[in-house]
Amino acid sequence: MGRQVISGNAAQAHAARLARVQVVSAYPITPQTTIVETIADFVASGELPAQYVKVESEHSALQCVLSASALGARTYTATSSQGLLLMHEVLHWAAGMRAPIVMGVVNRAVAPPWSLGSDHADTMSQRDTGWIQFYAESNQEVLDTVLLAYRLAEDPAVRLPAMVAEDAFYLSHTFEPVEIPSAGEVDRFLPPRDARAVLVPGRGLRLGSFTGPVEYVQFRRQVADAMERVPAVLRNVEREFEEITHRHHGGPLSTYRTDDADTVLVTMGTATTTARGVVDQLRAEGHRVGLAKLRVFRPFPAEELRALADSVGRMGVLDRSFTFGEHGAAATEVRGALYGAPRRPSVSSYLGGLGGRDITPGLVRKVYRSLESGGSELPTWVDLLPEEAPAHG
Amino acid sequence: MAKLTIPAEEYMYPGHAACPGCGAALAMRLLLKGLGPRTIVSMPACCWTVIATPYPTTALATGLLDHPIEATGASISGLRAAADAMGLKDLEIVGFAGDGGTADIGLQSLSGMLERRTDAIYVMYDNEAYMNTGIQRSGSTPAGAWTTTTPVAGASHGKPEPKKDVMGIVRAHHPVYAATLNPSFPEDFLRKVERARGLHGPRFLHVFSPCPPGWKYSSERTIELGRLATDSGIFPLYEVGEDGVLSITRRGGALKPVAEYFRAQGRFAHLTEAEIAAIQAAARANWERLLRLATPPPA
Ligand SMILES: Cc1ncc(C[n+]2csc(CCOP(=O)(O)OP(=O)(O)O)c2C)c(N)n1
Ligand code: SF4
Ligand SMILES: [Mg+2]
Repeated sequence: MGRQVISGNAAQAHAARLARVQVVSAYPITPQTTIVETIADFVASGELPAQYVKVESEHSALQCVLSASALGARTYTATSSQGLLLMHEVLHWAAGMRAPIVMGVVNRAVAPPWSLGSDHADTMSQRDTGWIQFYAESNQEVLDTVLLAYRLAEDPAVRLPAMVAEDAFYLSHTFEPVEIPSAGEVDRFLPPRDARAVLVPGRGLRLGSFTGPVEYVQFRRQVADAMERVPAVLRNVEREFEEITHRHHGGPLSTYRTDDADTVLVTMGTATTTARGVVDQLRAEGHRVGLAKLRVFRPFPAEELRALADSVGRMGVLDRSFTFGEHGAAATEVRGALYGAPRRPSVSSYLGGLGGRDITPGLVRKVYRSLESGGSELPTWVDLLPEEAPAHG
Repeated sequence: MAKLTIPAEEYMYPGHAACPGCGAALAMRLLLKGLGPRTIVSMPACCWTVIATPYPTTALATGLLDHPIEATGASISGLRAAADAMGLKDLEIVGFAGDGGTADIGLQSLSGMLERRTDAIYVMYDNEAYMNTGIQRSGSTPAGAWTTTTPVAGASHGKPEPKKDVMGIVRAHHPVYAATLNPSFPEDFLRKVERARGLHGPRFLHVFSPCPPGWKYSSERTIELGRLATDSGIFPLYEVGEDGVLSITRRGGALKPVAEYFRAQGRFAHLTEAEIAAIQAAARANWERLLRLATPPPA
């Protein structure tokens, strides 16, 4: 199809179409809706010969694709915010059942108060469910990552569900040029699902079951081991994807101008694009700054972070959500990953862009300035209005 | 000459973990005899999660999929969608859920499944309480019944509210087939399963499932209690086709008094003569309402 100017949501839908998903089920929620509407058009026009089950809730949407996956189908769903929270119970089931579902998530603030703005609280609340988590920076990355996610999720060494998150409106409803691969290219990269270890009609096989403590731990360990195999499989899958499409998005922790940097900021999603521009400006002004994009949050790329920390004096982490009683989820995890590292830079936590507040170049500059002047132990809200008293220092 | 209508084949193994006299175990056994091996059973949390025996064993010779308690309707929609997408033919998709998982927490996904016309059979085995969690009341618990959350003490005299009319709710969705079944009448049970099996679209089976520990009676009386429930009009047997025509499938002579059924169960032991008389009146009114709905109307 070549190059088209499309939204992040359209990129999700095109990826599902190209992946030849067999069962789709979804429930509408802003700003996810145009994904499921576009897929409905693809199904109606025959471009995507899938079963599309329109359900009465997100809980049912995820269960519907989970059961379809248990019978061996390739499945897709998409949601956002409250919908993802409602899925929470089934998220655990999907990972525990080793169902390679791929789900698009449009990162949106959770209520109350109602807000449609971009915010990572929805997906951050699902960190511990056993899903692989990708955060995309551009619409191209959205499309490519959904395709990568299917290969990764269905790999026999992995067999875990994966969510591909995109920031509300900054990607979901923003149009960008996207290279849409041909069906032939995608078919070469992504063959039909090899559905072993699923329900077989006519056989007495139980999927799910119940156990005592011995087998329970064994099953949980298998999920943990599968998660551990993700980085190696992802490396191979990204290499193959690059051979076919000539695109590579930089692994789980994608770095920019970090080689000789003494100060590095860690970002997720669209804040990265803004920060990249700021890095270029600051570099031109003589600052030794760099950037690292957390592209995969689960499994957490601790090894890559430790390698990066080896040469860096100060790190900052910009979180687009708040963990009550703690601070930024990504900051906490970065600190955790570096605690045992041979060299430990200081790690400062910044919070910004919650509920759809814009992360502007000015804000990112402020963060780098704060970092260069030593950073702070306590979390810093970077985008408070003058009249909003800072929660901390 | 009467022909034996119960298939000899077994798709439920004798090694299961139900209590002796469990109506739900009988229900599954008869159901699978009628459906055969190309069946996938989709099951929420309920007594049957345990009856089916722990990993790595299973009590069923068919596929069995576990899922959250409120998700049966969604699960069978997904299974059918996958079967259609993958070209798997002649597969019977069955949701097998308890009354709590159906009438209460799973009512939304049941309604969704019926409304989107999923081609599957939804079975509600009705033991009239949350048994797996220790006999708490459900929407399907009948008025007057003792449960651990409707105790008999002080001002509390068992469940004050009447039983939820799940068949009424289901019928309002106009499924292709809905029926009440009782393992105490196996020929009628199998005939209904076979009728359901020959149809496409949403089908609903409401199965009476006596539960000795939950209802407080001794386990050898399950079949007898089931017969009493139907013959006293507490659990009438009927079926409704896609055209909405309701047929009563067991019409004894006069209804037996409900007292015999109630007096056989410890969960009703506290009921006074006056309370039983009120239940008798309600049961008769319910039966007469059903007769008015039935086609052809009684002579
Ligand atoms: C979301 C959720 N809430 C509560 C439970 C606990 N639970 C497990 S089985 C059960 C009882 C179900 O009752 P019913 O559907 O009538 O089946 P029965 O146990 O009587 O066979 C409950 C409440 C659960 N598994 N999941
Ligand atoms: S508690 Fe009741 S429903 Fe559960 S297994 Fe025992 S008899 Fe059957
Ligand atoms: Mg019950």
